[in-house]
Amino acid sequence: MKTFKGRVVAPGTISAEAVVSHEGLNTLASFQKALQFGDKTATCGDQNNKDLYNKKMAGKALCLPKTIGSTTGGLVLYCACSMGRQPACMLFSEPIDSLAAAGAVLADVWLDDVTMPVVDSLGDEFLAYVQDGMTITVKDGGVVEVA
Amino acid sequence: MKLTQEQQAILDGKQGAVLAKVMKTLVQYGELFGAERMVPITGEYNHLVTSFGLKALTPVYDLLDQLIGEMAVSKQKFTVDPRPLDPNVPSNPIQDLVFKKFMYSRQKEYEEQLKQLGIAGDDAFTCTCYMDEVGNIPKEGDVLSWAESSAVVYANSVLGARCNRNSGIIDLMGAVVGYVPEFGLLTDEGRKATWIVEVKTTKKPEAQLLGSAIGMKVMEDVPYVVGLDKWLGTELNDEAKSYLKDFGAATASNGAVGLYHIDGLTPEAARLGRSLIAEGAQTYVIDDAELQRVYDNYPIIWKNPDKKPKLCFVGCPHLSKTQLVDWSNKIQAALRKNGKSKVVIPTVFTAAPQVLKEFEGTMDGYRLKKAGVILSYICPLMYMNNPLSTSMPVITSSNKLRTYTSARYYTDEEILDIITGGDR
Repeated sequence: MKTFKGRVVAPGTISAEAVVSHEGLNTLASFQKALQFGDKTATCGDQNNKDLYNKKMAGKALCLPKTIGSTTGGLVLYCACSMGRQPACMLFSEPIDSLAAAGAVLADVWLDDVTMPVVDSLGDEFLAYVQDGMTITVKDGGVVEVA
Repeated sequence: MKLTQEQQAILDGKQGAVLAKVMKTLVQYGELFGAERMVPITGEYNHLVTSFGLKALTPVYDLLDQLIGEMAVSKQKFTVDPRPLDPNVPSNPIQDLVFKKFMYSRQKEYEEQLKQLGIAGDDAFTCTCYMDEVGNIPKEGDVLSWAESSAVVYANSVLGARCNRNSGIIDLMGAVVGYVPEFGLLTDEGRKATWIVEVKTTKKPEAQLLGSAIGMKVMEDVPYVVGLDKWLGTELNDEAKSYLKDFGAATASNGAVGLYHIDGLTPEAARLGRSLIAEGAQTYVIDDAELQRVYDNYPIIWKNPDKKPKLCFVGCPHLSKTQLVDWSNKIQAALRKNGKSKVVIPTVFTAAPQVLKEFEGTMDGYRLKKAGVILSYICPLMYMNNPLSTSMPVITSSNKLRTYTSARYYTDEEILDIITGGDR
């Protein structure tokens, strides 16, 4: 087991199975099918993402460097949270980007019953270490345990 | 973040609970990026990304109802991305049913919300709001609260305005309070280039291929591009602006670029030159082989890669009038050469409603329509975002459309050959 420390973007504690993207997550391309066509598991629809394409994201600990792509990204993430199709948590190796930040903040401020812990700046080593299927535990203060 | 008295009062709920939540959202958002203050928006108009009444976005419409309910509407008039539907664009009865009854069933309601929030007019739907014909053209130095990745990167790079890559909803919220948090591309430091891109191709690089290569390499960083003036010149004329529109859209969708500088051409690069390059900037060299490598690596997700295309989209982002005229001339010449009178594949060219109105009245417009090309204000991306369209073999010269959908990318030259029945 290894422990990493990052910055808390959205608070909360949780334990979940990891899915890992080593490249930027294109939020619109990844979530659009899930939101439009009732896929409660949020299967990743981004053909360009070799790590995540066709993998389930809802309820998983989504580990990634950052998000990229369309500026609908934040509202797509907000909708995923509102519809209960969001990852269990989002763990960024890099400082969070403006689109993912918008999604996390919108969900935090505007949705009462939704918790999606978000931690950023976990470092390159985090993304090099974590693999699909590992168990992630997010603790208070931006502490992330990977086993 | 240090707020002014007025901003603090809004945050404290003196102007209502909803406006307080809007301010809280912007403050939290800004603080994540180290913003120390909120600065006034100075652009005349805003631009929003969300133009589509997708049923799946019901949580967004509920949030907008809360804003409208407390009259927390936009302080600026705004343009918005293109409409998702246009009866001119070919679709079968099943697609019509899916589009209207399932996917975009909230379109009418959503457009009513946009009217209440402050949309600039019935024709204000385009991703290229900065076209002369549309008139949402910020001045150099203007602070904006725009979203739409291709418009933000254009406003920052070609017009010299200052805008972060805001998300949908955040774009509107800035205009509701009249302020945006100051960080990133709003600051001199954030506009410095951390990549030098050296273009060393033997011919003018395809805009959307070059942009894709740079986007995938630098991601959200700012590139300073040298060697393009050889192909584009040093004047920001209509041709150069059209090129940079497509180039930028590809950098923003294939990566997350919000600003680029083109040596000797874009306003800040022309004024400040290489002093815009940050210390320790990395270098990326692009030659013919590198562009070919990028092109060859695009995945083709058609079930049958040899299938004949059933539809072609050109114009994501929307075409300029200069581009429409250019395509009209090229198609005439290619059809003549290939012994045809009309395009051999249903082909849709998309542009802003105002651009189309002007173009349709010209001889070039008449010729293009006579050649069988359909002109539309639609958002091709929205047309393609469903399983029915995904299973269609659609081709495009848009690298943005390729990124988000199953559309297969070809260069402009290849598209011309295919739609006019050339040798390919």
